[in-house]
This record gives sequence, C-alpha cells and structure tokens, in this order.
Amino acid sequence: MRRQIPMLITFFVGTLIIVSEFIPHKPFGTLSTSLEGWFLIISGFAIILGQLSLFKVNIIKISRKAPNWPYYIIALVSFSIMVICGILWGTQKQPGLIPISDKMLNFFGYKPFDYIFKYMFENLSATMFSLLAFFMASASYRAFRARSPESTLLLVAAVLVMLGRTTIGSSLTGWIPESLSFLHLPNIASFIMKYPNTAGQRAILMCAGLGVIGSSLRIILGIERSYLGGK
Amino acid sequence: MEILMHRIGIWIGVFLTFAIFSFLYKDNPFYKIAEQIFIGISAGYWFIYTIYNILIPNLFVPVTTDLAHNFLLLIPAFLGILMLCRLIPSIDWVSRYALAVVVGTTAGLFFKSYLQSDVLNQLTATIINPFASGNAAQIIGELILIIGTLTGIIYFFFSKKHEGAFGTTARVGIYFLMISFGAAFGYTVMSRISLLIGRLNFLLGDWLGIIKP
Repeated sequence: MRRQIPMLITFFVGTLIIVSEFIPHKPFGTLSTSLEGWFLIISGFAIILGQLSLFKVNIIKISRKAPNWPYYIIALVSFSIMVICGILWGTQKQPGLIPISDKMLNFFGYKPFDYIFKYMFENLSATMFSLLAFFMASASYRAFRARSPESTLLLVAAVLVMLGRTTIGSSLTGWIPESLSFLHLPNIASFIMKYPNTAGQRAILMCAGLGVIGSSLRIILGIERSYLGGK
Repeated sequence: MEILMHRIGIWIGVFLTFAIFSFLYKDNPFYKIAEQIFIGISAGYWFIYTIYNILIPNLFVPVTTDLAHNFLLLIPAFLGILMLCRLIPSIDWVSRYALAVVVGTTAGLFFKSYLQSDVLNQLTATIINPFASGNAAQIIGELILIIGTLTGIIYFFFSKKHEGAFGTTARVGIYFLMISFGAAFGYTVMSRISLLIGRLNFLLGDWLGIIKP
C-alpha cells in the first residue's frame, strides 16, 4: 500500500491535468486549476525540505568529524545568518517579524538580508560563474581541434558567431562594399543563428519534447516508478 | 556610516572574489571557505525567497484571512508537512503521497506544455512555403531551415539502423546539429567572458577606482 496509493494518486492527478486540456469545463477545469495551485505550495515545501536536508547533512558531517568538517560549520553559519536576517527584518519588498529601525537602515544602507545579498551573494555567484571562462579555454582547445567534418563545422560556427557578435567582427569585414553585405561577419553570424542553428535547435526541441511526453506517460501509467524509491 | 558599510561591503566582495579566483592556482582553504559561504548563503536566500514569495502569498495569507473559502488549501499544507517527514527516517515513506501529487502534476503539465510548445508549435513553424518571399537569401535560409529540421529529426530516430539513404540523411542532420552546438558554444563563451569582464569592472572600478563605470 505504501507504493500502490502514491501510484494511484500520480495516475489520477496526471490524467486529470491532461483531460482538463481537452475538457476545460467543470469539474475538470476547476480541479486542474486547484491542483496547479496545490503543486506550487507543495513544491514550496519541497524547496524548504532541500534546505533543511542540507542543514541536516552538514550537521551529521560535523558531528562525525568528516574530512574538512570545519568548513561545513561555515556553511551552517552562513545559512543561519541569512535565514535569521530574512525572518527578523525581512527583505527589500517584504517586512519581517521585527520592523527595521531607521538607525539600522542608515547603518547598513539596506536591510541586513539585502546587504548580504548585494555584497556577498552577488559577488560570489558572478565570480563562481566567471571562473568557467578560464576552464572554457581548455574546453575550447579540445573542441576546436578540427579532426573531422563535424568538429570543423562546430569550430567554424563557433568562431563566426563569436566574431560576428563582437565589434572586432564588424571592423574585420567593414571594408567589404555594401553590395556584398552578406559577407559581413555580423550578417553571417545572424544568418547562422537564424537558419542552420534554428534548424538544429528545433530538431533537438521536438525530439526532446517527444521524449518528455513519453516519460510523462510512463510516470502517469505507473511504468516508471523510480520516484517512489528503491524499497 | 552608510558609506563606511558600503566600503566594508566592497572589501568583503573583493576578498570573496579573490578567494574564488584562487582556485585557478589550486584548491586551497580560501576557496573552500568562499565555496561554503556561497552554499550557505544561496540555501538561506532560497529558503527565505520560498517563504515570502510562495508559501506566504499562496498559503498562509489566504488561510489566515479567509479560511471558509480557502479550507481546501489545508490539503496541500498537510501534504507539504508530509513532504517534510522525509527528514525523519522512520516515517519518510509518508512523503511519497506528497511526492505523488508533485510528480503527477508535473507529468500532466509537461505532457500538455511540451506537446504544445516543443512539438506542435515547432512543427507549425517548420511547415512553411520557402518560396513565398522574393528575397533569395531568405529562400535559401528557409530551405536550410526545413532540410535541417527534418534531417535533424531523422538523426534522432533510432528505431532504424542508420545506413543507406537513411544514414546519409541522418549524417546531414548531424552537420546541422554540430552547427547548432557550435553557435551555442560561441554564445556560452561570450556570456562567461562578459561575466569575467563584470568582475574586472568590479575590481578595477568599484574597488580600486582606476576605471569609471
């Protein structure tokens, strides 16, 4: 029963949502709308579950003195400070449990939650992603070795798009007369993006879409049950 | 005082930026500290975001202000609490009921939305008359679009062995996919480089004041 009832719920809910697309009248339409609202709320709890699970995992690692355990204390402290600041004084748009005093607002210039967001979160996330620019250099080296017609096409398309979307591309082909404007790098890049790139993306989208539809049907019909766990 | 806190904030940002960049040399304690701060702050941010933007407006406010009309919302609230039971190993199986609603709804919604946006809409956009416009470049482009889409789809058809005419068509599809991957790669490189430029702007502008924003 611990597996059958959830499978029945999945079947009922999934079928209801699909049927409501074809019969958007009562009761299917209203039930489907209600379910979508419920989905949002339960998903919210699922996100909270993820954060609490991270908290729990870190506490277990610290208590068992796992390798590098002192660093996990930093994660726990950062998480706690962010949550406490958010709950007590709120965020830019939301009031917290305690109204923030003018003195504190003048001191930080922002609410404490927003101060941490602006000076820590923004810098950390931007730097973390910009770090990938360096690793892309080595990835480019591997990708851009034109060993086959396929990798040559990848190389040519990437170089033309990069050149065409920057000012150096315009200046390189700026001397070409207007009558041959289709040879201007920005125009070539636009052509690649508009036609061959769209064709490839469209093929991927359509086939992936069919794959998602197939997977959805497998889940609704109870063929795919991995989400219920291994027990 | 606000200016002082702004300066302190900038210095914190600079420390974190260099701590992350120090990974380019090798893994080190500064990187690990910055990494854990990032994990903690990100988790805390999404925790607060979820409470203020999802749970309060969609659950707590309707239930506390007008329970009579919103009593059905107690069902997802109950299922949400069941979901949190996942953290208690002895009763973690009860979270399957909540998970079943989420998975069922997601499957149903994906079925509808992907069928519409990724299959039917894309198909409609591909079935065009390429010769409708008098412009030669557009005619060639639209022919490429139709041929590329069809051959790309054929490449993804794995129920038949890729040989003979079918294999040749699939091979043309691979070429279009490669052009698509190349364009996507080029765009990704550019976006990462622009992020790096943003970091350099922060260090040379906000911190050192060498360049003006």
